[in-house]
Amino acid sequence: MADELEQHSPESDGSGGMTRRRFLSLAQMVGAGAAAVAAGVLPLESLVSAEGGQPGGAETKVKHDWVMVIDQRKCDGCKKCTEACQKMHYLTGDQQWIRVYETESAAGQKSFLPRPCMMCENPPCLRVCPVGATFQDDEGMVLIDQNRCIGCRMCLAACPYEGRTFNWNDPPQPPAAVAAKGTPEYPVPQVKGTAGKCVFCVHNLRAGKLPACVDTCSMNALYVGDRKTDLASNREETVKLSAFLKENNAYRLKEELNTQPRVYYIPGHGELLEY
Amino acid sequence: MTHPNSAAIREAALRPLDGAGAGFWALLTGLSLITAWGLAAWGYQLVHGLHVTGLSDRIFWGTYETNLVTFIGLSYGGAVVSAILRLTGAEWRSPITRLAEATALVTLLIGAVFPVIHLGRPERLWEMFTRPNLSSPLVWDLIAVMTYLFATMVFLYLPLIPDLAAAREEYAARGGPRWRVRLYDRLSLGWSDAPQQKRLLEWGVGVMSVLIIPLAVTVHSVLSWAFALTVREGWHSTIYAPYFVIAALYSGVAAVILVVAAFRRAYRLQAFIETRHFRYLGFLMLTLGLTYLYFTFSEYLTEGYANTRASVEVLGLLLQYRFAPLFWSFVVGGVLLPVALVAVPRTRTAAGVTSAAALVVAAMWLKRFLIVVPAEALSLMPGGLAAYRPSWVEVSITIGAAAAIPLLLMLFFRVFPVLAVWEMEHGGVQGVPARGDD
Repeated sequence: MADELEQHSPESDGSGGMTRRRFLSLAQMVGAGAAAVAAGVLPLESLVSAEGGQPGGAETKVKHDWVMVIDQRKCDGCKKCTEACQKMHYLTGDQQWIRVYETESAAGQKSFLPRPCMMCENPPCLRVCPVGATFQDDEGMVLIDQNRCIGCRMCLAACPYEGRTFNWNDPPQPPAAVAAKGTPEYPVPQVKGTAGKCVFCVHNLRAGKLPACVDTCSMNALYVGDRKTDLASNREETVKLSAFLKENNAYRLKEELNTQPRVYYIPGHGELLEY
Repeated sequence: MTHPNSAAIREAALRPLDGAGAGFWALLTGLSLITAWGLAAWGYQLVHGLHVTGLSDRIFWGTYETNLVTFIGLSYGGAVVSAILRLTGAEWRSPITRLAEATALVTLLIGAVFPVIHLGRPERLWEMFTRPNLSSPLVWDLIAVMTYLFATMVFLYLPLIPDLAAAREEYAARGGPRWRVRLYDRLSLGWSDAPQQKRLLEWGVGVMSVLIIPLAVTVHSVLSWAFALTVREGWHSTIYAPYFVIAALYSGVAAVILVVAAFRRAYRLQAFIETRHFRYLGFLMLTLGLTYLYFTFSEYLTEGYANTRASVEVLGLLLQYRFAPLFWSFVVGGVLLPVALVAVPRTRTAAGVTSAAALVVAAMWLKRFLIVVPAEALSLMPGGLAAYRPSWVEVSITIGAAAAIPLLLMLFFRVFPVLAVWEMEHGGVQGVPARGDD
């Protein structure tokens, strides 16, 4: 990880500077000061500035390796994340890009499983798209070009996580949605006859903001992270990603399918909730 | 037995080309209205989106995908009856090859419309040509279906050339109608029965007979892979490609039997198409039906015996719960009963075999539905069963498409000879000597 950090030092080139600014703004968003005092938390700013000034290699272009961490110890199944996402992307009907499932263990313990797009490194939906409307950008984000999607729904068939939705009708979109440009990073307005899914709110991440779901989770159960800087943030704190995952026995869904999801779960059943 | 002479063959083949009766027009009108209704339903869907179907994010494929597999499957009868029987020199085939090949073309044309109907944005279909992703099974489907469609057209057309020349002479001698003389003249490519032409034609038909078999196999294999290459329980299976191919052959032979029975009656071809033709086709159908049942058994036993949760759930849905009535209807009505009708000598008549074929065609639609839908009904995530009921739009489009098949065949055989005159006169274009048949 240290090598990667060095390779992506802010001083290495002009875009590196951008990286730093974005990281800083992300840090400000989550309150770097508050984060620093929390146990196992590294101040974002110091980590970024601690990087060496090595010239970047071919990988320099890739600035981020976004992941999401979902702490099931804190999720109370309120579905505010789902609502925020629906509002952000003007989803209609029962379309849910982040869907909260309820599961029950053999011992009868209930827990909640919020499911955004897994942003697989090895995405089955990408392989089957007949026109390449689903693609992976430089940072590995799996996105859909709504202007190319022919609506065959082969991606719905291929996704093992039921992460995809489909615009069956011409969805009623308010003027604000219609005015949006409709990019793969921010696929708004919704287009009739095309597939949709969670996009990690890439447009927010690039503007140094948290995804809508992370930003709304009142239990702070959702984190967005970057494997390049090894940091992850919820609304309240920033943690060292690798240590956080390791210490809390993080797992990924359907590991056996070799999809290599970018979403990690901290197992639990709401035990960290304080009522 | 006595073989009908050349003049009788020509008369029977060319007679139906003119002078359609009232029955023809009545049927034509009826079928046209049903087809038009189906087209209107499609128009309604184009305007309102796939929202007008019973589909959902959970059950995202349904009737249209069932139809696409079913109708393209019906076209396999043409490949078997014509190509395999030609290659094996089965002389009895010649009176039914034209009907079989035309059935193949028409069912394939109708089936090939469904991949378009099922799209959310059919107007963007051209992207499959301009920016295809070659790792997508749907692109393989497109390539395979287009190639097979082209081959089917050539396969129908080649043996038709000498017959078109015969029709040209007939109508030139009669002095009309002019469009027919001109059409037959254009399409018969100056056929004059010259030895060199015969050699070329025999070579061409021989090559196409060989080619069309792997092409047909390819089409249903890649169709199956649109399902089997996913990770869904019930779809993800290595047996799917041959399973789909056998299903297509089974229903394809049944479709040929139905078409042969209908035109035999309507065009009074009993002198050429005899009970033995139904018997032979019936035996073919029986063999394929039992093979299909064997594949089904092998598939479900392999899945079920492992006793994993997902396989138990899918099989439970199919064999015991929601879809069980449909599944057992298929087993009884789609395999056991048709096989019995052919196996028992008393019912092995033209009527008996035709009834069996009708059962097979209907039941194989049902079987495809049971392949497409139950695997989707189960949730891949912690969720319950999803429900699906075809909407009136889906039902209308399906019935319209089904009506378009006899409609197109009726129109086709108003213009082109229903019997392969030249082949019947020459005992096959392969140069294979006629066998002493019963």
